Amino acid sequence: MNTFTKKVLAAALAVSLGLLAGPALAQDFDTGGKLLLTGGVSTIEGAGGGGLATWATTTGYATEDGIGANVHATYVSLPDFEFRTAGVAVGLFDRVEISLARQEFDTGATGAKLGLGKGFTFTQDVVGVKVVIVGDAVYDQDRWLPQIAIGAQYKTNDQGAIVAAIGGKDDSGVDYYVAATKVLLDRSLVVNGTVRMTRANQTGLLGFGGPNEDGYTPQFEGSVAWLATKRLAFGAEYRTKPENLGFAGEDDWADIFVAYAFNKHLSVTAAYVDLGDIATFKDQRGFYISLQAGF
Amino acid sequence: MRRAVPFAAALMLIANAAVAQETTGPQPWAMPGEETVDPYTVSDANAGTGPITDPKVFAAFNGREGVARIVATTLDLAYADARIGPIFKPFERARVERTLTEHFCYVLGGGCAYTGRDMNASHKDMGVKAADMGRLVELLQIAMDKEGVPFAMQNRFLAKLAPMKRDVIQKK
Repeated sequence: MNTFTKKVLAAALAVSLGLLAGPALAQDFDTGGKLLLTGGVSTIEGAGGGGLATWATTTGYATEDGIGANVHATYVSLPDFEFRTAGVAVGLFDRVEISLARQEFDTGATGAKLGLGKGFTFTQDVVGVKVVIVGDAVYDQDRWLPQIAIGAQYKTNDQGAIVAAIGGKDDSGVDYYVAATKVLLDRSLVVNGTVRMTRANQTGLLGFGGPNEDGYTPQFEGSVAWLATKRLAFGAEYRTKPENLGFAGEDDWADIFVAYAFNKHLSVTAAYVDLGDIATFKDQRGFYISLQAGF
Repeated sequence: MRRAVPFAAALMLIANAAVAQETTGPQPWAMPGEETVDPYTVSDANAGTGPITDPKVFAAFNGREGVARIVATTLDLAYADARIGPIFKPFERARVERTLTEHFCYVLGGGCAYTGRDMNASHKDMGVKAADMGRLVELLQIAMDKEGVPFAMQNRFLAKLAPMKRDVIQKK
């Protein structure tokens, strides 16, 4: 990245992030520096991590001296629905991550069967912030302590009336999470566990809270990935979810994935996902593809 | 066989004499043909970690010859690298290459003695940043790939080197 681009980025970030990054950006900052794939990929909620599970790593390839950023687009094809998400995320000094994602849950032809109309789409925006508290997932290979981060995701859904009609209490909400990630380098494995406090129905796409449960419940997200080569990782994920709504059951989510980094600027993740029952439609299993570009 | 015993004893005497001469000869901080550094206490503990005990790892690195080739390739790349070349260039290669080869061989369980300085002292005032260490690891990965070391074995080695980041990264 050339100096001019750095300066333009520094200026844009200084304006948008103000006090947070201002003093550090007075100096020139660094880019890159992490090893391939250790920046993770982009989750469906826009944070750095796996596909369904959020990790404690900060997105992008920057180290403690630098700034990384990326954009992503994800497409999930399910038997009765289609799910798309796109977003942008910034990693600051391997300490803070800020992310923005727009999710679209497209009911397609199923919308008519649900009485919503063909092609009815729930759109949700997710604003996330993550702060690394302790540990270095990659370099602390002589300690059991993982890298631990805390985070929050503010989610707002554009279909308040429908959310209310199906029993959702709110059309916006905040998830809070603690994530722990460890690279077990001598086994070429990445292990992650996250506890998320949430009221979200289908991650918020069907609103927050409901007749069965209106409060926060702890949910778990786990990932295991095997680093086959510098560029290639295979893994599996599991994510538990609450069952707040009465009109339809909600299942835990699972996936198996393969992630490939062409270089530090482009990676692709493909997965087979099992999202269980969604809005009374059974067995929503399908293919997930995600592209991430950045530095 | 009986005749072999005094012969072996004679060999041992010669070997002992060589060792004795070595201890009074050039010291590891002032080797002939190498840049001289300030004297320090020589100890394997300076390697910053103990050796890998599984012999499969050293075998995967093709033994001492393989390690020497990997270090040579890594340094070829490092001295020429746009990012970390300037960190290496003030230091003459001979000493860097010898101590790094000993270090890798020791950590990989190859039975070499490490006679270099500890990680803190050997990286003092270099101003190595996290991304510089990341870059060196990438170059080392290229060298290990070239030597045909399987990725899983590479990672077992890198797992031993990774915690040294805490001593290598020093503000100038």
